[in-house]
Amino acid sequence: MSLTNDQVRGIARLARLRLTDEEVSEVSGKLASILEMVDQLQATDTREVVPMAHPLDAAQRLRPDEVTEADQRDDYQRNAPQTERGLYLVPRVVE
Amino acid sequence: MKWETVIGLEIHAQLATRSKIFSGSATAYGAEPNTQASLVDLGYPGVLPVLNAEVVRMAVRFGLATGCTIAPRSVFARKNYFYPDLPKGYQISQYELPVVHGGYLEIDLADGGRKRVGITRAHLEEDAGKSLHEDFHGMTGIDLNRAGTPLLEIVSEPDLRSPDEAVAYMRRIHQLVRWLGICDGNMQEGSFRCDANISIRRHGETRLGTRTELKNLNSFRFIERAIRHEVERQIELVEDGGTVVQETRLYDPERDVTRPMRSKEEANDYRYFPDPDLLPVVIEPATVEAIRASLPELPAARRERFVRDYGLPDYDAGVLTASRELAEYYEAAAGAVPPPAAKLVANWVMGELTAALNRDGLDIGSSRVDAPALAGLVARIHDDTISGKIAKEVFEAMWAGEGDADGIIEARGLKQITDAGALEAIVAEVIAAHPGQVAEYRDGKHKLMGFFVGQVMKRTQGKANPGQVNALIKAALE
Repeated sequence: MSLTNDQVRGIARLARLRLTDEEVSEVSGKLASILEMVDQLQATDTREVVPMAHPLDAAQRLRPDEVTEADQRDDYQRNAPQTERGLYLVPRVVE
Repeated sequence: MKWETVIGLEIHAQLATRSKIFSGSATAYGAEPNTQASLVDLGYPGVLPVLNAEVVRMAVRFGLATGCTIAPRSVFARKNYFYPDLPKGYQISQYELPVVHGGYLEIDLADGGRKRVGITRAHLEEDAGKSLHEDFHGMTGIDLNRAGTPLLEIVSEPDLRSPDEAVAYMRRIHQLVRWLGICDGNMQEGSFRCDANISIRRHGETRLGTRTELKNLNSFRFIERAIRHEVERQIELVEDGGTVVQETRLYDPERDVTRPMRSKEEANDYRYFPDPDLLPVVIEPATVEAIRASLPELPAARRERFVRDYGLPDYDAGVLTASRELAEYYEAAAGAVPPPAAKLVANWVMGELTAALNRDGLDIGSSRVDAPALAGLVARIHDDTISGKIAKEVFEAMWAGEGDADGIIEARGLKQITDAGALEAIVAEVIAAHPGQVAEYRDGKHKLMGFFVGQVMKRTQGKANPGQVNALIKAALE
């Protein structure tokens, strides 16, 4: 199985990656070899196998419903390029 | 009408926990921006989500109340998309293995019948933050207090056939999640909101038409109007020879129209995969049974019991089980009066009490007249101490804080005059004072009876028993 250049551009856009035309053909080849491996996996009969959601054979630990985090906004916002009135500012997004 | 409407709802109920689904940040509404956003909520590298036990318990409560199967093992998945109010670049949700699935809920139809609406699944997920687009000199402000707030997304089967059915179903879910104490149901604060998937098809067609999705419907009135508009739009489109395009649309309540929200090339492609930061959630059968044992009597069962135990009409039982608090109130009051007065209690709760609560903007939990007090009043109507009319005056005095029914009746001298001798004397006075009307009555103008009763009531300040007065006047005149 291989991917068209348009499919690669589509995936790149979803991942917010900007690729040049050369990079698109290069990545197409690499992705195709990954998909070949997936094809091999799909040839295996897995009807008796329970899908694995996690490599560790363990169950999720739960924590009690308690508030344990204090407000550290001022510290966290020192990492932000721009803040105002407690809000993080980002380039305008319009729906 | 040759078109059939097909609707499925996705309801987001914010779970009423103290802390977030994957972090120990508070979930309280209305805090200063970003003061309830920890490193996990902010999507910092190197931090790990830890699941809140209460969130799982609440999902199981919902599942059991709707006849769902509780998954012994469910899995969290990453739903990938980029938006500034989603700092990690993915939302932790559930995809292939939701926590509960395959249940149903019954709704009442306008014709008095009932309908079973399938619940495909309900899954746990985290909410995103909030984007503020105005007033930041061309930039967008982000508040991440809401990021990581636990949500239960309840997905219905496409079983709903009209906007009214959609609203009825949404109300039932709203009633249930509040009844179970898993969601406060506050729609203004966004704790309960809904997306609707809508399509049309010709009657008799079994395949589903192409659907559109209406986003973020956050009031019962809007959802009804929004769906109605979208259905009309699709029918017009198809009848004009067009085809419905699968897209997400937004209802604009100001202009009462729906409009497309995301363009087609941004079509949903979330590339779900199991979140490696979280292990599968295992729910043991013993846990499920313990939660089942802790469930309250559910609204539908309680409604049936109200009909059976208190002899109420189904309508009354439905109104009185609208919320658990209201049902508790009714039952406390009805249990304190003689059984035949239970319907009278229902009338008072649905009538005067509800009117007074609405007038003062109070909910039943903060009623100025509590259940034992209302029972005290109804008992005095039931045993003929006061008439229903006088009881309204007593109720207002109780509402104003003047004490209990007996005290007010005593203090204001409102006790009904049932002493026949005293009433006979008053009737005689009235007859003596109106010889003209008496003559007219005897000439056959019997509708003057009302006049005489009115006169007696006036002289007794309404405290006479109307039936008794009627009989006495009749006896005196004929």
